[in-house]
Amino acid sequence: MSPEFRVRVGQALGNERVRRNIRRAMDGLVLKRCKAFPDEHELTVLRRRGKLIRGHALANLPDLLRELERNCERNGIRVHWAETAEEGNGIVLDILRRHGAELVIKGKSMVSEEMGLNAYLEAQGIEPVETDLGEFILQLADERPSHIIGPAIHKDRLEVAELFANHFPEIPSGEDIEGLTAAARQIMREYFGRALAGISGVNFAVAETGTLCLVENEGNGRLCTTVPQVHIAVCGIEKVIARLDQLPPLLTLLTRSATGQPITTYVNMISGPRREGELDGPGEVHLVLLDNGRSRVHADRELRSILRCIRCGACMNHCPVYSRLGGHAYGTVYPGPIGSVLEPQLQGIDRLGDLPDASSLCGACGEVCPVRIPLPGLLRRLRAEGIRGRKGSRVIGRGSRRKPMHQLIWALWSRVNACPVLYRGLTGLATRLRWLVPTSLGPWSRTRAAPVIAPRSLHELARAEGLEGE
Amino acid sequence: MDKPASVYFFGTCLIDMILPQAGLAAMRLLQREGIKVVYPQGQTCCGQPAYNSGYDKEARAVARRQLDAFPRDIPVVVPSASCAGMIKVQYPRLFAGTPDKGRADHLAARVYELTDFLARVLDWRRKDLGEPITVVLHHSCSARREMGVAEAATVLLSRLEHLETLEPDHAHECCGFGGTFSVKQPEISAAMAADKSMAIASTGAQVLVSQDGGCLMNLGGTLTRRFPDPSQRPAVKHIAELLWERTHEP
Repeated sequence: MSPEFRVRVGQALGNERVRRNIRRAMDGLVLKRCKAFPDEHELTVLRRRGKLIRGHALANLPDLLRELERNCERNGIRVHWAETAEEGNGIVLDILRRHGAELVIKGKSMVSEEMGLNAYLEAQGIEPVETDLGEFILQLADERPSHIIGPAIHKDRLEVAELFANHFPEIPSGEDIEGLTAAARQIMREYFGRALAGISGVNFAVAETGTLCLVENEGNGRLCTTVPQVHIAVCGIEKVIARLDQLPPLLTLLTRSATGQPITTYVNMISGPRREGELDGPGEVHLVLLDNGRSRVHADRELRSILRCIRCGACMNHCPVYSRLGGHAYGTVYPGPIGSVLEPQLQGIDRLGDLPDASSLCGACGEVCPVRIPLPGLLRRLRAEGIRGRKGSRVIGRGSRRKPMHQLIWALWSRVNACPVLYRGLTGLATRLRWLVPTSLGPWSRTRAAPVIAPRSLHELARAEGLEGE
Repeated sequence: MDKPASVYFFGTCLIDMILPQAGLAAMRLLQREGIKVVYPQGQTCCGQPAYNSGYDKEARAVARRQLDAFPRDIPVVVPSASCAGMIKVQYPRLFAGTPDKGRADHLAARVYELTDFLARVLDWRRKDLGEPITVVLHHSCSARREMGVAEAATVLLSRLEHLETLEPDHAHECCGFGGTFSVKQPEISAAMAADKSMAIASTGAQVLVSQDGGCLMNLGGTLTRRFPDPSQRPAVKHIAELLWERTHEP
């Protein structure tokens, strides 16, 4: 384990308040999801459908992206391609500069987090203002999201009240949720009225119609995409789906898996700028399609399945590791099981190889994934990539986690266990010399009594009972 | 499947060295149902520790020995859902594209987790001869998810009339063992084990059982450290031991 990761884990496990907040929130989300899928058969059918729709989109990704571009352009949405986060940031900046925007309002977008867009714009003298309540709170606290759906889920009401009181002493917001929300609304309204441009993410981009679908619960997303003169949507290239009729099953999987809602309060279907005679809507709509390593992931037929992800967060809500650490300990934009599979592929297994190891492979994530991504299998595949790259693998940093000492231990282990005579000899010896075996086994026995070797192995007992049989 | 005349028993390396009495109990349960139990001396470990650590080549070398050890076309009963899952679910993947794929598939198709075999194949029913007792049944994640056989252990315990099962808080959650995970990420593993142990202890159950020795080693070790006085903590045993103890006339 890298020292940085160990430190973050230690901090996370030691922060009782954050642990309590996260656990409570996760328990709530798990329960809500459970209630949202009362019919197991329906869930099975839906998940299979979700997997097929997303799998089909990925199997035809280049064609669908071209079709999406064509149909967006026909609708008046200008499409930009960004191979890297830097390119994406540059494209957004150019658009904002062209309009002389000094202030930009933002709806929640994990892709913009991935791009580091806020920091980039600030460095260029443009003020980004987050309008999703959770993101707004984090911007005040100068923190990153700890969860992809509830970015400020690690904070409780009292922490938020304290933040508001410090930043906006002139607005009395109290400590109850209604008061805090009302204060945030009052603060944001002013920005909504003033900003020339709005930035949003995209949940699904429909190729056949050139439609951008965006779900949200606060209405800030709709304001960001309709009130300012310019709307810029940032979107990972994997978010495309072929047809409009594939949207309903994905939406219901997404909202029920994420928050247990049958549907979100707002479902925005954005199909172009304001047309002649229309009263509202932006004058320009831009779509920035970001690759940032996704094409490389896509090239591997097994690893590609991670791109089916619809960003519901159910894998982290159900993860026993995430629910103890929270998102910040991962040190990545996407935390939890999805992050532990995606991030080492985007950034390199040499940099983030700890993350696939930070799982007991309990399988809870794979069990709830609405598009049936085999997350435990992918975590295991990435562990193997860290040791030796598979044939034809393009994973960055493959083989970088093989250490001579570990290699030697596993080689010896393999030698012993692949030779039954040697295995019986050594295990027999261990049972005879069990009093020599140390009662402390390093990190294991810091919190546990060490296991005790039996006086006789099962091999011996079975032989004594005449159970060989063959 | 009908009741077979004989079965192989794959004891697993953990039970071999740490919990052999659980392996013996499991074999006695099978023998008492009139089944001939064959314990090949050529068996070692399923290979999971290396496989889950990314050392596929080393895992394959070990797994190949298990393909050799269980050649006949009879069921292979395993007193661990984790090791059974390794063979049943992972061997076909581990050997994909190798000359041993056929043998791996053949073995995978014959593997049964012990409680699943008892409940589903043998329809195991025995009179409960024990005193009234309260028990927590901790399903291993492999039993619950990878193998999907958790129901079997529940059914078996429900057939013991003097036994009451108690459900701890967050029963679905992993105990934090995860094989090499407990060594590579000791802090996270310990935090999970602590929560699980406390949830189990606070049910006040007299006994903790599971289908998997790994969970028991993790939870038993944690409980022992937390509650040095044995009267303050549940006794920890493999489900096979409990079933045998309570149904066998001494």
